[in-house]
Amino acid sequence: MFFKPSKVVKELAKALPDDGTSAIEGRSLWQDARRRFMHNKAAVLSLFVILLITLFSVFGNYFAQFSYEEIDWIVLTDPTELGKPSLASGHFFGTDQLGRDLFARTIQGGQISLLVGILSSVVAIVIGTLYGAISGFVGGRVDIFMMRVVEVISALPFMFLVIVLMLVFGRHIILIFVAIGAVSWLDMARIVRGQTLSLKNKEFIEAAYACGVSQWRIVIRHIVPNVLGIVLVYASLMIPSMIMFESFISFLGLGVQEPETSWGALISEGVITMEIAIWQLAIPLSFLVITLFCFNFVGDGLRDALDPKER
Amino acid sequence: MSKPNDKTMLMQVQDLKVHFDIRPENAWPWVKPLTLKAVDGVSLEIFEGETLGIVGESGCGKSTLARALIGLLPAREGKVLWLGQDLTQFDKKAMRSKRQELQMIFQDPLASLNPRMNIGDIIAEPLETFYPHLSKQETKQKVQDMMTKVGLLPNLINRYPHEFSGGQCQRIGIARALILEPKLVICDEPVSALDVSIQAQVINLLMELQQEMGLSLVFIAHDLSVVRHISDRVLVMYLGNAMEIANANQLYTNPQHPYTKALMSAVPIPDPKIERNKQVELLLGDLPSPINPPSGCVFRTRCPQAMAKCADVVPELQALKGEAHRVSCHLI
Amino acid sequence: MSLLEVSNLNVVFDTPDGVVTAVKNLSFDIAAGETLGIVGESGSGKSQTAFAIMGLLASNGRVSGSVKFAGNELVGMSDQQLNRIRAEQVAMIFQDPMTSLNPYLKVGEQLMEVLIHHKGMDKASARAHSVRMLEAVKMPEASKRMNMYPHEFSGGMRQRVMIAMALLCDPQLLIADEPTTALDVTVQAQIMTLLDELKSEFNTAIMLITHDLGVVAGVCNNVMVMYAGQTMEFGSTEEIFYQPSHPYTGGLLESVPRLDTHSEVLAIIPGNPPNLLHLPAGCPFQDRCDLVQEECRVSMPQLQQFAGSRRRACHAAIEMVGAL
Repeated sequence: MFFKPSKVVKELAKALPDDGTSAIEGRSLWQDARRRFMHNKAAVLSLFVILLITLFSVFGNYFAQFSYEEIDWIVLTDPTELGKPSLASGHFFGTDQLGRDLFARTIQGGQISLLVGILSSVVAIVIGTLYGAISGFVGGRVDIFMMRVVEVISALPFMFLVIVLMLVFGRHIILIFVAIGAVSWLDMARIVRGQTLSLKNKEFIEAAYACGVSQWRIVIRHIVPNVLGIVLVYASLMIPSMIMFESFISFLGLGVQEPETSWGALISEGVITMEIAIWQLAIPLSFLVITLFCFNFVGDGLRDALDPKER
Repeated sequence: MSKPNDKTMLMQVQDLKVHFDIRPENAWPWVKPLTLKAVDGVSLEIFEGETLGIVGESGCGKSTLARALIGLLPAREGKVLWLGQDLTQFDKKAMRSKRQELQMIFQDPLASLNPRMNIGDIIAEPLETFYPHLSKQETKQKVQDMMTKVGLLPNLINRYPHEFSGGQCQRIGIARALILEPKLVICDEPVSALDVSIQAQVINLLMELQQEMGLSLVFIAHDLSVVRHISDRVLVMYLGNAMEIANANQLYTNPQHPYTKALMSAVPIPDPKIERNKQVELLLGDLPSPINPPSGCVFRTRCPQAMAKCADVVPELQALKGEAHRVSCHLI
Repeated sequence: MSLLEVSNLNVVFDTPDGVVTAVKNLSFDIAAGETLGIVGESGSGKSQTAFAIMGLLASNGRVSGSVKFAGNELVGMSDQQLNRIRAEQVAMIFQDPMTSLNPYLKVGEQLMEVLIHHKGMDKASARAHSVRMLEAVKMPEASKRMNMYPHEFSGGMRQRVMIAMALLCDPQLLIADEPTTALDVTVQAQIMTLLDELKSEFNTAIMLITHDLGVVAGVCNNVMVMYAGQTMEFGSTEEIFYQPSHPYTGGLLESVPRLDTHSEVLAIIPGNPPNLLHLPAGCPFQDRCDLVQEECRVSMPQLQQFAGSRRRACHAAIEMVGAL
């Protein structure tokens, strides 16, 4: 006989993991993903740029010479000439047609736009994930009902809803957040539900049942961590569209109320004076476009890093 | 090997039926759904400390039967008596309390482990569910003891499933199943996804742990050679019905049912002289659909010895001389 | 000159984690009409060998060495030239028939496509020939089945379609990559019997890749045992099964449970399958071998010929392997 049946367990214990070290720390899938993300130069650069823009929006006001609503009466006499961007006058980005400092207004606009993006993703992540996970996991009539609710809300003509809200409550900044939050979780819920449906039939979920784990714990401990990957990717790709959406509302004149502004509102004003004062359009537009680009790159990078096929 | 009569009977299954309702394609919502008869009337007993092997090909319902035995799938009809109590009548909450005694090992070693949890947490989860008052230290100690028992180094406790090989993942699954010291463990094709040289390791491990912990095993596989090696008794299934049940040696040396005979002759033997001179009993036709199984004996459409009676009367599982060997066939 | 001559075949893959050598210094022959069984587990490189021969490697794979088919060198051939050889001279059938057949095309169309493209037949003759081939693989109601889609067939039936497709152009060599692994055992018996019959009827050489020793014992003339991309042993089926000359072969034969015998405890091969990213210096089997010596950890044993056409790559003497 070739191999004497030795003491079984001693033989098995010989099977060390292949790198031969006895390190205690494991390498989780998140760490693997982070490593892959860091190798993606475009994504890392974009993340850095987003960070810069965020810092700019938060701390930029320390450098601003003017506030965002203060009218510079001198410039007002000839905005097209005196309102040009210059370091000397203190208007680093120039002014708008009312003589208000564009630097400060861009910062203020950035605060609103970024806040909209981040808040809407937080709402989507928290509400959308739980809603979708529960709907997909429980299944049956509950799932059908919950998804019908999602579909009904999606079917509502959104602009109409926003206009109605504006008319009823006036143009408060909070309403923007409410309106956008109300729709941002819908798509996320659908996506998470889809993922949950495919996860539900995996063997480790069945194993959790067999171990007597309660349904709630299965959702929290087994389903949610495994959908977080796709949630993160989708959230980061959703931020630009939410910012775009808010810009669009503001562009139409329905968004933030003067003197507060957002990039969309600035662009809206800038378009009018495009031919004579190009900086009024170019600067907020550049900020918006760069931010959107960067979020898209980061989202793509996250998706590549978190690709579930790469175990 | 002592006869089953000497041992305590842990589980008795009486005429178990597991049916699924399938909505026919493109049908209106009010059309009555079709019934897929995955398990259609199976009775068996499981005794303390023994291994019951269940063999059959795809579509025979063995995996469904396994899950129905421990309540992972609902039974349409019939009884599953565990230590006298009928599990089919238990609601979800009551069933959860029974999980301590009834455990399961799955086919795909990597897929049965949550990729986001390290193996320490995976193995500890049953402990945390049933003994939440245990301290972290105590839990860790128990987990590491279990890991040593299944042949894993205890200092790997913080590693993640994808860092292990298939055989090691299966051992993690075994550790998780056995940490509560259950009485019955259902093994659903535990070695089919493993390399040949690793299969033997895991089989030996299961057998040793069974001896040590006094477990009863239900071992489901399509590989007859593996089942023969590990089982005390073997049940042969076809299209949701039991064809034959006997002690392992009896079944393999003296199969009675035509399906069992065909199955045995089809298994390739790693011995050129034997294999080349073997006369394989080829079955006719294709597997019938479980939605519309043949009347009478479900095997009759492929049986080389089918008679007229086979289409009319469903054969009962009858004992041959000696209670242990039972066959459901009109030819006997 | 053999039909297929493989010499010093190397297949490496560039992966983000490093360079993986899937096949190393592989050499073997297949004569016309002969059946070679290639046995190995995961990581043995057996499937990659087949893909390398057919020119079907993934884009990050590189082949070096020589593969001569009927005297023509296949390595380095352009895709255009290879396409002439594929299907007409060397055909391949795969493990999972569901994913190897196009689910959107009728089976008949897929069969006829091969004939129209390779033999330049017109539709009518292609159809007639296809039906004949389906009958040759014992497909009931062959002409009716031509109009059905792959999902309407059972696993065994789909595999028959694959075999029919492979044999349409009467190739000289058929490569079968784990053709019955995904099938039930009774269906496996049918398919292997069919392959055996077709082999004699069409005089096709077969390269059968599998991990199932029983299947190999039934239909193969010669057997090559692979581990971690290298040949461990090569010989006739009887020699390999009854007088294995390599500890890995012996270990495999001992650890596989058999239907006709019963032992209390299965012999095992300790350890894990090889990690192709971190192969040790010397023999890849060293960590699992009962006969391991100092030499095994230092130098890779060369493939040596002995007792006629048998070959083995092991530092331990044959007598030691036989004496265990």
